[in-house]
Amino acid sequence: MNDLLEYTLRLGDDALIAAQRTGEWIAAAPQLEEDVALGNVALDQLGQARSLLQYAGSLDGRTEDELAYFRDEREFRNLQLCELPTGDFAHAMARLLYFATYQHLLYDELRSSADETLAGVAGKAVKEVAYHVDHATQWVLRLGDGTDESHRRMQAALEALWPYTAEMFASDDVVRRLSVAVDPSTLEEEWTRRVTAVIDESTCERPTSSYQHSGGRSGRHTEHMGFLLAELQHVARSHPGATW
Amino acid sequence: MDFQATIDADGRIEPRDAMPDGYRKTLIRQIAQHAHSEIIGMQPEGNWISRAPSLRRKAILMAKVQDEAGHGLYLYAAAETLGVDRADLLDLLHSGKQKYSSIFNYPTLTWADIGAIGWLVDGAAIVNQVPLCRCSYGPYARAMVRVCKEESFHQRQGFEILYTLSKGTEAQKAMAQDALNRWWWPSLMMFGPPDAASTHSEQSMAWGIKRHSNDELRQRFVDMTVPQADVLGLRVPDDGLVYEDGHYRFTEPDFTELYDVVKGNGPCNQQRLSHRVKAHQDGAWVREAAAAYAEKQAARKESAA
Repeated sequence: MNDLLEYTLRLGDDALIAAQRTGEWIAAAPQLEEDVALGNVALDQLGQARSLLQYAGSLDGRTEDELAYFRDEREFRNLQLCELPTGDFAHAMARLLYFATYQHLLYDELRSSADETLAGVAGKAVKEVAYHVDHATQWVLRLGDGTDESHRRMQAALEALWPYTAEMFASDDVVRRLSVAVDPSTLEEEWTRRVTAVIDESTCERPTSSYQHSGGRSGRHTEHMGFLLAELQHVARSHPGATW
Repeated sequence: MDFQATIDADGRIEPRDAMPDGYRKTLIRQIAQHAHSEIIGMQPEGNWISRAPSLRRKAILMAKVQDEAGHGLYLYAAAETLGVDRADLLDLLHSGKQKYSSIFNYPTLTWADIGAIGWLVDGAAIVNQVPLCRCSYGPYARAMVRVCKEESFHQRQGFEILYTLSKGTEAQKAMAQDALNRWWWPSLMMFGPPDAASTHSEQSMAWGIKRHSNDELRQRFVDMTVPQADVLGLRVPDDGLVYEDGHYRFTEPDFTELYDVVKGNGPCNQQRLSHRVKAHQDGAWVREAAAAYAEKQAARKESAA
């Protein structure tokens, strides 16, 4: 697989799988305002996924839907962080804080990529994810510094997802060879600074786990991924060749 | 100008105006039930967000369900102008003391149901709601203007889903016809019982809350929808359907089913309500945390000042 395709699939799959999970909150959020807000987030993520998968598809003659619905689990390149089950609202906000902060730093750099399509997608997406970071930050503060129960849940969520964060910054030959890509290892320091500032202000403790999962970028996923894809792909695969 | 004079002159009643208790109560009940319908209505469609068969359809469906949450928000806000609280209205929904539209107690079994809901259910909602844009209560009328604009967009999207299916494979066509078969009669019942049996209608007409009778609106819906079914190449499941004097005569739906579903005996009544109650209860600690945090922030501001 060529490097540009591989790289674009990574970013597109992150956004697609994140959108699939965020969408689970629509009609299930703690209050109506949050159904609307998380609907916005999911729509932004799905919009990014579509732009990126369309671009990836243009590189090897597939459509966005062929890429989303007709690839098998081992061909997906998303971070494991994105596919983990929804969990409670604290988990949703911890994931959004970790993921959107990463996306924000990444897209901000990618805006000046020599690849015009990637730069264009990043230019639009960076504004969207700035809102996601803000939304997640507000909730991490409220939950961390709210009641005893919310503090306990926020702490638990930050810790549970922490071991899935190093994968975001893993560098490899693909990003090192590809001059139009952002090497994610360059984002880690600033990401850690921003995320820990929020955690500190929320009165939660910084997670300390040193064990870190990995594998998403090479298509090794968690046990949850198969079920996510089964749901995502079932109708499309039951009617191969159909248009919708 | 006093209340009756405003009504007689087809003017608008605003929140600070004097109004009879019965008018206030009727509006609170109607607007609250309308708001409840919007948020319960998120479930049958939300059921298909994770499975939408293309990314484009997934995005459209997400946006649609999100619109419904938005409609719920501004309808609850309109109800609050009458001196009630959203939290109390939600309690009335959760305890079963206030109802929502019975149509949402039917299940969405295939992707074609998402098309049928958009085309038929939103189509019926538009027929019901367009006259409400001229309702005598200002905040409700203004909320309806916005809701109707978005609903007509949703209706076109629903029609387009079915149009694509009806031009697709044999399996897709069958899916579309099956959805029409299941949603046709419940959609006709969205206009409420026949005029002769409608309990709230007369007073609401006099107050300028309701502008047309249930049967008039039902006829309008059938006249609008049957030619669209022809364009789709789908068959309306009514052997009694005939075109006569500019209208489609149709078989009256079996209203005992409507009364049954209203009473709680529909396929999804329990499921819809318990999903809603669960989301609310699961979110209680989040709302409490937000309130506690806001209090702490206010206290910090105070001590800093």
